[in-house]
Amino acid sequence: MTTDALAPRATASARPLGRRLTAAGTRRRIRGGAITLLTWGVVVVFFFPVLWMVLTAFKPERQAATDPPTFLADWTLDSFGKVFARDMAPYLINSLTASVGSTIIVLLLAIPAAYALSIRPIVKVRDALFFFISTRFMPVAASIIPVYLILQTLGLLDNINALMILYVGVNLPIAIWMMRSFLSEVPVEIVEAAQIDGAKLRTELFRVVIPIVLPGIAAAGLICFIFAWNEYFLASILTSTAARTTPPFLASFVDGRGFFLAVLSAASTIAVLPVVIAGWVAQKQLVRGLAMGAIK
Amino acid sequence: MHVKRSILGVGVTLVAGALVLSGCAGAGAGNTSGGKTTLTLATVNNPQMKDMEELKGEFEKKYPDISVKFIQMEENDLRDAVTKDVATKGGQYDIVTVGAYEVPIWAKNGWLSDLTQATSSKSYDVNDLFPPVRAGLTSGGKLYAVPFYGESSFLMYNKDIFAKAGLTMPERPTWDQVATMARQLKTPTQDGICLRGKPGWGELFAPLTTVVKTFGGNWYDSKWNATVDDAKFSAASQFYVNLVRDAGEADPVSFGFTECLNNFSQGKSAMWVDATSAAGSVEDPKASPVAGKVGYARSPVKETKESGWLWSWNLAIPATSKKKDAAETFVKWATSKDYQKLVGQKLGWSRVPPGARTSTYSIPQYQKAASAFAPITKQIMESVDPKNPGVEPQPYTGIQFVSIPEFQDIGNQVSQDMAEVFAGRSQLAPVLAKGQKLAQAAGDKQK
Amino acid sequence: MSTTTPSTAATRIADGPPPQPLPGPAAPPRRGLRRLGVSRALLWPALIVSIVLTQVPFVITIYYSLQSWNLLRPADQRFAWFENYARVFSNGSFLSSLLATVVITGSTVVLSTVLGLLFAVLLDRPFRGRALARTMIITPFLIMPAAAALIWKWSMFEASTGMVNWGLGLLGLPSVAWNTDVPVATVILVLTWQYTPFFTLILLAGLQSQSRDILEASSVDGAGAWRTFTSITLPHMRQYVEIAVLLGSIQLVQVFDPVAIMTRGSGGTKTLAYLLYERAFVGLEVGEAAAYGVITVLVTIVIATVALRTLFKVFTEGTR
Repeated sequence: MTTDALAPRATASARPLGRRLTAAGTRRRIRGGAITLLTWGVVVVFFFPVLWMVLTAFKPERQAATDPPTFLADWTLDSFGKVFARDMAPYLINSLTASVGSTIIVLLLAIPAAYALSIRPIVKVRDALFFFISTRFMPVAASIIPVYLILQTLGLLDNINALMILYVGVNLPIAIWMMRSFLSEVPVEIVEAAQIDGAKLRTELFRVVIPIVLPGIAAAGLICFIFAWNEYFLASILTSTAARTTPPFLASFVDGRGFFLAVLSAASTIAVLPVVIAGWVAQKQLVRGLAMGAIK
Repeated sequence: MHVKRSILGVGVTLVAGALVLSGCAGAGAGNTSGGKTTLTLATVNNPQMKDMEELKGEFEKKYPDISVKFIQMEENDLRDAVTKDVATKGGQYDIVTVGAYEVPIWAKNGWLSDLTQATSSKSYDVNDLFPPVRAGLTSGGKLYAVPFYGESSFLMYNKDIFAKAGLTMPERPTWDQVATMARQLKTPTQDGICLRGKPGWGELFAPLTTVVKTFGGNWYDSKWNATVDDAKFSAASQFYVNLVRDAGEADPVSFGFTECLNNFSQGKSAMWVDATSAAGSVEDPKASPVAGKVGYARSPVKETKESGWLWSWNLAIPATSKKKDAAETFVKWATSKDYQKLVGQKLGWSRVPPGARTSTYSIPQYQKAASAFAPITKQIMESVDPKNPGVEPQPYTGIQFVSIPEFQDIGNQVSQDMAEVFAGRSQLAPVLAKGQKLAQAAGDKQK
Repeated sequence: MSTTTPSTAATRIADGPPPQPLPGPAAPPRRGLRRLGVSRALLWPALIVSIVLTQVPFVITIYYSLQSWNLLRPADQRFAWFENYARVFSNGSFLSSLLATVVITGSTVVLSTVLGLLFAVLLDRPFRGRALARTMIITPFLIMPAAAALIWKWSMFEASTGMVNWGLGLLGLPSVAWNTDVPVATVILVLTWQYTPFFTLILLAGLQSQSRDILEASSVDGAGAWRTFTSITLPHMRQYVEIAVLLGSIQLVQVFDPVAIMTRGSGGTKTLAYLLYERAFVGLEVGEAAAYGVITVLVTIVIATVALRTLFKVFTEGTR
């Protein structure tokens, strides 16, 4: 699934440990084995709820919530059938539209801004950065009423593009933050060389800087995508039919008057799949992207 | 500075462009296209509503120029979503599922279309609707919503558990009897009774308010003075809390209808007092292990004769809908006698929406399919009195709720504090004292 | 969001002519005035969008906070001056919600940091199947919070059929009534489960960025593994912890989903986000909700400013 690209140092430092078949070495190896066992224990416990969700999705409703839990169920695809009978596709498409669209807009806005904040000198970089980060601290809930009423006046309630634009506002600060760290990585010399060449600003941006920071863009884009895909609060309040996204749709499986756990698990499994896969594939970029802010 | 302007331009164009784009899309979405009317229906996600969605194809076959889009939500979400839409004239929905609590309030605000005319035809037979239900949907002599299904509450008990313990359930039990039996039946692995404790006026306070009323208490006296901290309200609440703590479920704060249904169906509760509509799920052999082993009795009482609540989920058309004709067509279709037969034939007779029409209970196939609970449901539905459910007269219509706008807020806040009482972190008195203050402030607006 | 700091920052950037580019970390002297203009031009679009989307609604919130307006009583809408504020300050909900937010955010951040550090150290060693283990451990962070809350509520914490109580039973421990007896811990547990992977990711990157030479030199010096860890690794990790805490709290302070889905604001879990939601869409008190919103924003500005400016190196020291 994932190539372990994070490992060069660890494998290197592992080498001197082996080979010495002394008592100390054996003891160390036993201790190592114990730690590995502990690690796996922790990993399994942590992963268990996800695993259980997937298993429940394949159980018949009657065996979904039992005491003691049912481990050997009459596995079935029924619940997935029910989910698709409820026509989940439009909700997934809406989620995709809002997440991908907002991510693209965010990147278009964040790259120049982050560039300005990192490579180009600017008065009060810290204030600008601080402003962006501080917008993220404000509870979205605090201005939900005016947002709702403005959208209603403009006839933009239940409109996926409106939701997309709001996600831009939510994700922009994080993207700028992450991008800035990456752009700081670009050696000043390269930029200056590009300028002496007479390359215009735009060429400088697209030819020289972006290729270097592409992994950063990928990481920031992924984070924005994840947050937008998973967003529940705004989506549940501002959309109803045409623009309803997956998270509020999920909550609708919690049956007011019946059994639903297997179906809910099936719907959840489908809903989390895109982001989980994207995250698994791009975990290396994710690590780097998130950690960058610490270094620069 | 030329660079600056062009970049600035890009930014502004982007935002403006996106907004215009959304505007265009907004104008296009959800409206009539190609002579076909699309109705948007917001509904609670109960099984009966899901059945309606399953059968909407039949409607669309019959009326090819109308299509219906369903939005299913959890009860609380639905209430929030529909209320804010209707109150702000958002106009997102053409048909809404509205609870019995909201109908008179919304009608008074002019938010719902009058359906009196539309339902007057002989074939619709408006007089067939259960009288107490219909009374709750009528305001100023006009009908503002039609019931899709209705329910009261009753006591369900596990016959196996009762037989094993050698207990018999009277047909009309009192709360004292029920409490004694529940405490007797409680074991470490089995609850004597399941009662809702989940915060929310429609969760905890549905059953609790009926207990308060049969104990002789109420939220208000006949002059809108709050009576939340009086002796009867406190005694009833204390009784309820004690019963749950001694003999009820382990985690009451997370237990609402669904959780109790699950517990009871798994055979882990000996008794359960809740909606009559639960019977449909409890008796479903595919999902419920206790199907066929359940007995039914009247809701327990103390000082009154009846203690069942009265609730209905109704279809109504917001005044903001621009497609009223099509919406009326659908509303009438979904609440007609023919629809009930359709459900019976296509999905099974036990799934016919109960408690809306008297005639439902004289369909032979339904009588057979729902023999365990249909007769008692009908008796209760006909005998509850939403105008006068308690010992003292009350200034509003409603059993398990007070039909004023502020009640959902008050009920919510008090029920959140009640969670502390269930957990033993707080005494009852200060919670009710706070509730009294909230209720009085709302009551003053009614005077 | 801040109305003070940002506006000063914004006007300072907006209103030319800019002050002399000061020597110092923020503005190396070799760059000229023209550059400054270009930088500002690059910043503008993002700034405008941010202001339009976050500051403008806030200004409107202030207006609503002066109205008496219950959605269910449309006829009674009127200008009410500071009535809403008086009510908000007199009933104490705000302070308890502020406390709930601080407790839930704070505990989750602390727990996630400790666990995240532990996991990072464990996953930094080589062992069989490490790539798979890492993939598994980051998954909770990727799960939709609404789905996570639903699954935890129904499959994990359910009192009689939940896996957690079943697991406790296997260990011979008594069942716990999660939402009734320990609602705050319940919410914190789910959040910690979701955020620990996020912290692990960042801290792992930190561990891997350590200079190997220094570590080896230290072990040659005969320093034990523990001493190397405390004297070299931990100080090195500080900035990574900082960034994890910053990004984590930004998300956590907004927490809504698990509260709405699991505890419904009972038992000390009514966070500010949930309180605001409840006043607006359950109480339907537009004015009162707006007043809560305004106060929340003001308090957030103060806390965020103090925390950001004093705790985080990136805001205390100059940026490159």
